[in-house]
Amino acid sequence: MKKLLASTAVMLALALPGAAQDYTPDPAAKPGGSITVTYKDDVATLDPAIGYDWQNWSMIKSLFDGLMDYVPGTTELRPGLAESYEISEDGLTYTFKLRTGVKFHNGREMTAEDVKYSLDRVTNPETQSPGAGFFGAIAGFENAGAGGLSGVEVVDPLTVKITLSRPDATFLHVMALNFASVVPKEAVDEAGPDFGRKPVGTGAFKLAEWTLGQRLVFEKNPDYWRPGVPFLDNVVFEVGQEPVVALLRLQNGEVDVPGDGIPPAKFTEVMGDPAQAARVVAGGQLHTGYITLNVSTPPFDKLEVRKAVNMAINKDRIVQIINGRAVPATQPLPPSMPGYTDGYAGYPFDVEGAKKLLADAGLADGFETELYVMNTDPNPRIAQAIQQDLAAIGIKANIQNLAQANVIEAGGAGTAPMIWSGGMAWIADFPDPSNFYGPILGCAGAAPGGWNWSKFCDEALDAKAVEADSMFDPAKSADRLKLWSDVYMGVMEKAPWVPIFNEERYTMKSERMGGEDALYVDPVSIPVNYDYVWVKE
Amino acid sequence: MAVYLIRRLIQSALILLGVSFITFFLLYVLPADPVRQIAGRSATAETVENIRQQLGLDKPFIVQYARYLGALVQGDMGRSYLQKTEVAELIRSRLPATLLLMVGAIFCELVLGLSMGIIAALWRGRALDQTLMVASFVTVSAPQFVVSLLLLYVFAVKLGWFPIGGYGTFAHLVLPAVTLGILGSGWYSRMMRSSMIDVLRADYIRTARAKGLTRARVVLRHALPNAILPVIAMIGIDIGIFMGGIVVVESVFGWPGIGQLAWQAIQRVDIPIIMGVTLVSACAIVLGNLLADLIAPFIDPRIRLR
Repeated sequence: MKKLLASTAVMLALALPGAAQDYTPDPAAKPGGSITVTYKDDVATLDPAIGYDWQNWSMIKSLFDGLMDYVPGTTELRPGLAESYEISEDGLTYTFKLRTGVKFHNGREMTAEDVKYSLDRVTNPETQSPGAGFFGAIAGFENAGAGGLSGVEVVDPLTVKITLSRPDATFLHVMALNFASVVPKEAVDEAGPDFGRKPVGTGAFKLAEWTLGQRLVFEKNPDYWRPGVPFLDNVVFEVGQEPVVALLRLQNGEVDVPGDGIPPAKFTEVMGDPAQAARVVAGGQLHTGYITLNVSTPPFDKLEVRKAVNMAINKDRIVQIINGRAVPATQPLPPSMPGYTDGYAGYPFDVEGAKKLLADAGLADGFETELYVMNTDPNPRIAQAIQQDLAAIGIKANIQNLAQANVIEAGGAGTAPMIWSGGMAWIADFPDPSNFYGPILGCAGAAPGGWNWSKFCDEALDAKAVEADSMFDPAKSADRLKLWSDVYMGVMEKAPWVPIFNEERYTMKSERMGGEDALYVDPVSIPVNYDYVWVKE
Repeated sequence: MAVYLIRRLIQSALILLGVSFITFFLLYVLPADPVRQIAGRSATAETVENIRQQLGLDKPFIVQYARYLGALVQGDMGRSYLQKTEVAELIRSRLPATLLLMVGAIFCELVLGLSMGIIAALWRGRALDQTLMVASFVTVSAPQFVVSLLLLYVFAVKLGWFPIGGYGTFAHLVLPAVTLGILGSGWYSRMMRSSMIDVLRADYIRTARAKGLTRARVVLRHALPNAILPVIAMIGIDIGIFMGGIVVVESVFGWPGIGQLAWQAIQRVDIPIIMGVTLVSACAIVLGNLLADLIAPFIDPRIRLR
């Protein structure tokens, strides 16, 4: 094995060109204080192996750490519990050196054994982790179980060696996922299935109180291994709060961050009032809303038909329906994702052109089809706009307005000819282009029950994707992104999707909240990065 | 009495069994796969199958139902699919708030509904009666969300008399209870009105009046106890409805009741929670009705339980 990288700083510079070396917190930040965040739904679980919704994701991030982490407010990797790492020449062995003196909330020091235990646990089928599949590249994953992963070895108390069965350029991102968080065995054993309610980690905050259905209180971890953070003494999460009421309470000074965001019905009002608009932070997010065209059912098996649909949709009008809270999309990747193809205009909005393509396909008189849509606002309204656009080129789309679970079921089973993805749209798990491919556009996801609702499977593109993901060498990062860009351009040529828009994020905060705007539209921690925000008074 | 009680309890058990079977069956045939909700979008096919097996969801319907029932009779309602917490604990944590709101709401419904109904009956056919009956129509058909928000906005945000939602003190209870009281009072007022009108026509009321009793005494002492019987039966049903949760009012006022739990569980296809809440609510309806029937003879001695 060759030492590719000597120090953390050099490594990061190589891993992601132009990356910041590390993060300097706001010099004006003051420690102390408490903030109140509201949510409509109760928190599902705080077990990092289980939690997989946008609400608990950032909460778990603040309670736990993994070997890797992100620079706050960005998509750049930085080391977390690992102090440094080495990648072998063949890209199959990652050796992580751990930080010394990191303590769990229960006071015990974290060691390499804990890292191994945590990875064994998340991949053990008994754990039922929705994220187990992310670790598929680790050697021994197929036989994961009570015996643990053969590919994860404890070299000494501060060194872990992870062997992969295939090179995986996204592996460091995988180690930054919540699913890779380090947990102490004794606390998991003691709590059993209740670990999700009695979480013990190494994170900046620890759980002080959880009154089911009412509130959770996070308390500052005074022994946190990153010096100086967190700033806040407490974060209070109040659950069961209607977003409209949360906004009223924010105006009344009782709430600092409405976790569910600005309710769509109030958006125009808030943005029209300068005093309120000043407290809103806007930013991009790794999201794409799209229509899937099921290539396994006629007439969407014809390329001309799929292209015609792409040209028939007026994306600007759909963006207007959601009060301009998005930008029209041209391709599957969102603009802030590495690998996005700049300068690609996508299919033009061209009704006459679309009609001509339909005529070429022998469907000059149009056809009748079904458009599946989730039944929560604004999705049915968007579906109606799509329906009208399709009617203009002679396609009669009947809207199937269903609950989320039913739409997902129809999509997986392949019984839905068209689906508007709103409410179930893809938001990246980690900021890497590969995350937008495999499950939703690749052959693997096209299997029954998968999330590739177009049932699109192009083996040449799949091969290219595999090639891209084996380019683990950070020095080849630019080449890899170019390859991914080619993959998505290939997808656009085959037109299994109609990319509609990329949603923007709007976070509202109280006047007393401090910290740079990027922390309030952190691409990884939604709605805010709790570790680095602070209060002014 | 004892025989009656035993017979009713056996009937109740059969009703609950039926409810559990129908609910379980409906959730089974629902075109939404709970395993997909648990596994999430990035799960591999193996993960999905593995979870299905561990939860026993690969078994035939009758086996799944028998297993559920077997655990249930031992007091085990299972664990939430997504939260992994015991369903019994989740429901228990919601009970105090649910019961408190139920008591508060039924109190408000009765105060508003009964007084409106009695007044309407006494002034039958006049403008006051018609106004009250129109009002009761409006309140029962008013959208919960609008009424809740309106009251919250006026009395909590603008006037600041009450907290803007939440749970804990008496002040927190007032607005949600009054909201539900207003929304539900129409049922009671209409029922009270017609029942009262029937009773006021009866011979014994005329006799009472002839005896020279005051009108107030006739109405309150002689007419009301008889007229109130159907209302008591209705309280029994109301208890069940409130135990099933009041989704909209609970979420507007941030009230940690059982309705929010049920609503979240339905969205996430969390079958053990849906089953648990349904059964608790069905239990409450059955017991509420039984209680109403048991109380009836004490109010009207002519009624015998058999």
